[in-house]
Amino acid sequence: MVSKQLQRFYVFLVLLFLYAPIVVLIVFSFNASKSTANWSGFSLQWYVELFQDRQIMKALYYTLTVAVIASAAATVIGTFAAYGITNMQALPKRALQALNNIPILNPDIVTGVALLAMFTFINMPLGFVTMLLAHITFAIPFVILSVLPKFKQLPQDILEAAMDLGATPGYAFFKVILPEIMPGIVTGFLIAFTLSVDDFVISFFTTGGGVTNLSIEIYAMARRGIKPIINALSTLMFITVLVMMLIISLRMDKDAARKGEEETPLLPAPGAGSG
Amino acid sequence: MKRKVIEGRNLFKEISGQRVVDNFNFCVRSEDFLTILGPSGSGKTTVLRMIGGFEMPTAGDILFEDKVITSVPPYERPINTVFQKYALFPHMDVYENIAFGLRLKKMEEQEIRKRVGRMLELVTLRGFEKRAVDSLSGGQQQRVAIARALVNEPKVLLLDEPLGALDLKLRKEMQVELKYMQQELGITFIYVTHDQEEALTMSNQVIVMNKGRIEQFGTPVNIYNEPVNAFVADFIGESNILDGIMYRDYEVGFAGQRFRCVDAGFGVDQPVEVVIRPEDIKLVSPEEGMLRGIVDSIVFKGVHYEMVVLEGQRSWLIQSTIKALEDTEVGMRFNPDDIHIMKKQERPADA
Repeated sequence: MVSKQLQRFYVFLVLLFLYAPIVVLIVFSFNASKSTANWSGFSLQWYVELFQDRQIMKALYYTLTVAVIASAAATVIGTFAAYGITNMQALPKRALQALNNIPILNPDIVTGVALLAMFTFINMPLGFVTMLLAHITFAIPFVILSVLPKFKQLPQDILEAAMDLGATPGYAFFKVILPEIMPGIVTGFLIAFTLSVDDFVISFFTTGGGVTNLSIEIYAMARRGIKPIINALSTLMFITVLVMMLIISLRMDKDAARKGEEETPLLPAPGAGSG
Repeated sequence: MKRKVIEGRNLFKEISGQRVVDNFNFCVRSEDFLTILGPSGSGKTTVLRMIGGFEMPTAGDILFEDKVITSVPPYERPINTVFQKYALFPHMDVYENIAFGLRLKKMEEQEIRKRVGRMLELVTLRGFEKRAVDSLSGGQQQRVAIARALVNEPKVLLLDEPLGALDLKLRKEMQVELKYMQQELGITFIYVTHDQEEALTMSNQVIVMNKGRIEQFGTPVNIYNEPVNAFVADFIGESNILDGIMYRDYEVGFAGQRFRCVDAGFGVDQPVEVVIRPEDIKLVSPEEGMLRGIVDSIVFKGVHYEMVVLEGQRSWLIQSTIKALEDTEVGMRFNPDDIHIMKKQERPADA
């Protein structure tokens, strides 16, 4: 019995260690006073202030614009890449899948510095476009990783069956292949979107000219001194990412349950090592 | 003579340096049921895929009603295929799967409904319209695949080992059904299988294929009774194949004796291969036997017993409804017309 209680206590400690900072953050985002040490009553004033801050709203605009365009572009590119990889011969296929995994495991700081070096090398002025390109770049491997298993699960000869019945290759792709791989595409899009909203390090290195996303904005504000408004903003970002993660993980569970024992995409937790 | 529907002329196919199909010539006429029979890796599926348009021959031509269609894409050929693994569209129900080809032809919905209904009746799946395809059994999925192909009223239907995944009983039933459909609809069937019994039961023309080449092209009876070489004889049914010498017309020597036979035209003192089918050998008392041997093993096969009889250095396979006793001496008899003579194959070293 003692051991059972000890077990529970241990789990409690781990969870406390993991989530205490976030709980403090969320609680104090509703604090009535400016203090982050003393609780002086519930208030939504920091949230109101947040939405009145033009700088932050501009950052929110950039964050969402970049996230939508980058994840859409990465999804299209990644899907076609996965289609190509599927039809490759065994050896180049394995090589390409390994190459695809490297950027995923690469530290963000390396990706960020590398992109910065390249943009500088080709004389591209840093700003919205470079940040967008950077986000597309780091999101593509995740889309490939989530779409690739869907191609593998396609029934054998399905494309040829469609063409056999009179469909041109294009029609067959959109009417027969696309509906089958759609779950993977949507999951890939959601992961790309989450990563984009979440990203600080790579954005920090690849943006310029006053274009900032929310992460960078928070960082800049924090350097000027912690304001409760940061807590409110961080809370909202945490909740957004949490909801996205829940949707992604539910989709994957559903898919895994449907396919039984078959392999599920082995994705590193989105957001790991970034921010 | 019935008109030609599909013709293959000097077809070659190389896949990554390997010759998969080697000088393949054939002709299928209207209402034929042609089976391409061969072991796995013999290139039979590649031939079918070339006819379907999924594979381009390295050289040679495919003709449809005397017109070259070698480079016509699959979606423009009046040919439909039943794939080995069915290849049904999982996100569509049974009705939509079958209607797929008709929708592409921009047919009116009413006409589509009529034709799909007729097909479902033919494959005895009425009432399954709204079912998801992955909720069906293997046999039912197979029938949907057949209906999906046949509804387009193709001139030629290609079938790639379509019964391979079914259990024995269902396979037998489907063999009969397919044969019935083929006769009913008058469509030319080209069927690929490695199951010789299937080939003999269903088709009226058989191509026996090995290593990309045609070994023999003929009717099932012809191929069974007059195999042109040891490969065909062996593949078509378990058989006793022996080295022999054709002394002159109607006289052959094997197993150390001379026998009367019905074959002629091999020349004088020519080495040949002799085939005697296990079911053609009668077991008699040792005194009555043309050859004597010791029964080595007996296996009960249902309809008959399968026995191995050792005669000198040779082992004979015999199928008989009469059971002999193990380790006893028996005699073997066969008629002159049970002895099939074939020209000796110059065999490549790797064979």
